[in-house]
Amino acid sequence: MSDPAISARDVAKVYRRFQQRHQFKTLKSALLTGSLLSDLTPDETFTALDGVTFDVPRGATFGVIGENGSGKSTLLKLVAGIARPTRGSLRVDGRVSALIELGAGFHPEISGRENVIINGVMLGLSRREVEERFAEIVAFSELEEFIDAPVKTYSSGMYMRLGFAVAIHVEPDVLLIDEVLAVGDEAFTRKCLDKIAEFRRRGRTILFVTHSLGHVEKMCDDVLWLRHGRVSGRGDPKRVIDAYLTYVAGGEDALLRSRQLQAAAEAAPASSPGDEPRAAGGYRPGRWGGREVEITAVRLLDARGRERHVFVPGETLTLALSVSAREPVDDFVFGLGLFAADGTSVYGTNTDLEDFAPRRLEGTGEVRVVLDDLRLVEGSYFVDVAVHRRDGTPYDYHRGLYSIRVKSRLKDVGLYRPAHRWEFAGGVLVDTPRPRPELDLRDEPAD
Amino acid sequence: MIGQVLTLFRYRALIESLVSRDLKARYRGSFLGFLWSFVNPLLLLLTYTIVFTLILPVGKTPRMEPYYLFFFCGLLPWTWFSSSLAESSSVLIGGANLIKKVLFPAEVLPTVTVLANLVHFLLGLPILLAVLAWEGRLGPTLLLLPLPVLVQLVLTLGCALFLSALTVHFRDIGNILGHVLQLWFFATPVLYDIEILEGTLRQILRLNPMGHVVLAYQQILFHGHFDHWRGLGAALVAGLVALGVGAFVFDRLRDTFAEGV
Repeated sequence: MSDPAISARDVAKVYRRFQQRHQFKTLKSALLTGSLLSDLTPDETFTALDGVTFDVPRGATFGVIGENGSGKSTLLKLVAGIARPTRGSLRVDGRVSALIELGAGFHPEISGRENVIINGVMLGLSRREVEERFAEIVAFSELEEFIDAPVKTYSSGMYMRLGFAVAIHVEPDVLLIDEVLAVGDEAFTRKCLDKIAEFRRRGRTILFVTHSLGHVEKMCDDVLWLRHGRVSGRGDPKRVIDAYLTYVAGGEDALLRSRQLQAAAEAAPASSPGDEPRAAGGYRPGRWGGREVEITAVRLLDARGRERHVFVPGETLTLALSVSAREPVDDFVFGLGLFAADGTSVYGTNTDLEDFAPRRLEGTGEVRVVLDDLRLVEGSYFVDVAVHRRDGTPYDYHRGLYSIRVKSRLKDVGLYRPAHRWEFAGGVLVDTPRPRPELDLRDEPAD
Repeated sequence: MIGQVLTLFRYRALIESLVSRDLKARYRGSFLGFLWSFVNPLLLLLTYTIVFTLILPVGKTPRMEPYYLFFFCGLLPWTWFSSSLAESSSVLIGGANLIKKVLFPAEVLPTVTVLANLVHFLLGLPILLAVLAWEGRLGPTLLLLPLPVLVQLVLTLGCALFLSALTVHFRDIGNILGHVLQLWFFATPVLYDIEILEGTLRQILRLNPMGHVVLAYQQILFHGHFDHWRGLGAALVAGLVALGVGAFVFDRLRDTFAEGV
């Protein structure tokens, strides 16, 4: 019993890329030289997995996370036996059923009933076994009325439901799940999760690949994080998921930063003195104004004064504006606007509204707005900054050239998260949730 | 090769299911449905009868009368052979979904193609036998019919494995195959009597294993006597070689299918 259900040692998978033109070349040369087999050499290779080592103990639920293209699905295919590792060894003990593509192999022209039988046989059951489980499979899929109709008449949801129902009733020792919980409606997803939980209770081994970190955290005993085909983390789900999220946030940070530079570069030459704001309704990034006073740089800073673009709710965000005046002016207002990704205004204010009286602006200087306790829900937000006359004539208006992303462990909705708490009294009993601290992004290096 | 045959045997339930699915799916939605299995050979017979008795009435010897029956005996097995090869060349690419997502031996797919076409052949057989009976040519040699069927099965399966595996990497095969099969058809004595050919040409055509298989069918069904043992034996050897080569190539390329299709 101590033998692991899945054991991978230094597994690597190298995909070979054949190009279309190359194929013609090989056929011609193959026909000329008569060496069909030896000419099947690839042009270039792509390493999907490299040096992956792990054990999955019997009865464990094992999660695999990682970005798109990190090798998760390749790993699953290797475990399923559909592909073979290029190097290393991979051993799987017991019957494997893979929920990789549900309903792969359904034939559109024949009925659901016949497809269930064939699919069951294909997944390794005998005909008798499928027939014994037939009623259960159909009941699980909730397709009793349609089971004799050709599957081409099924909706994609029905198709998936039937596929899931067959695959889950194969009763494997090792169940492989790839991103299939996005099947059908809430109720069906619930049912699938219940069935998977039942599997866990019965001590079956599950290998689970998904982007739904919530499911991974809830169901898995152990998590493997793949990054560019290599193991980047392994162990307790919460710890690995946190490390993964921090990494993803860092990646987004870099992406937002580069997008911002691009937006600024595009906007700058287009602006000319006296440019008017675009028609209301469309929120488009841009820059305009007479530039008597210019905002020469805008930095988004965290509490430690480091530049960042990804924040978590409750953090401090500081907007630092470097300004420079061509000639001394005494009529100036600094403004700030915060917009949701769809252009909805979240908040706007300026120094005039808040009764700061301008006295003099000369040479260069810096203006900072400190937003203590950023109470935004998860999402992307655009930032407007501006300097203009009290009558509204712009000196330098930056619309949507800066953006921040708020990441949160709490999936609440809307834009604004008021400080709040829940209270229950009388006959209302709830379990207090495990506290979910927000991600800690402070240690992210700011390059 | 033996290992692969054993694998196929272990997966016989799947093969059986897939063959029956193939047959059901083929005519599903058409008006005549399953009757097409009978109508198809009849229409084929009609077409060739019109062409070779009315339009091109050449090269016939008395041994070949009644001509329509003579070539029907060769045409039916030839159709099994050529449709199997034509379909198997694309069967792995068409089954990409299965190969990439489901774990099962890929040999199953070309095997299913060959067997489904065998079933079509067997369904067409009663029509041929009925016509033979009507012409009074049904004899005891009919009991030997399983022999050429078996030889043809081995030969067809070997070619199908070979073609299906290679087409994954050389898609051109799909285009060229139709022409090769056309040429192969005329190199096989279906429409003519091998006896009318002489010299080198005849020697070359004797190298065609399908020719011997078709001759065996003609002797057994049409002429009512069978003495082509050596030819059929040679065809069996050729078939086993084809199966060995096909299985070897298929096995060598197996790991590339999931990426190539």
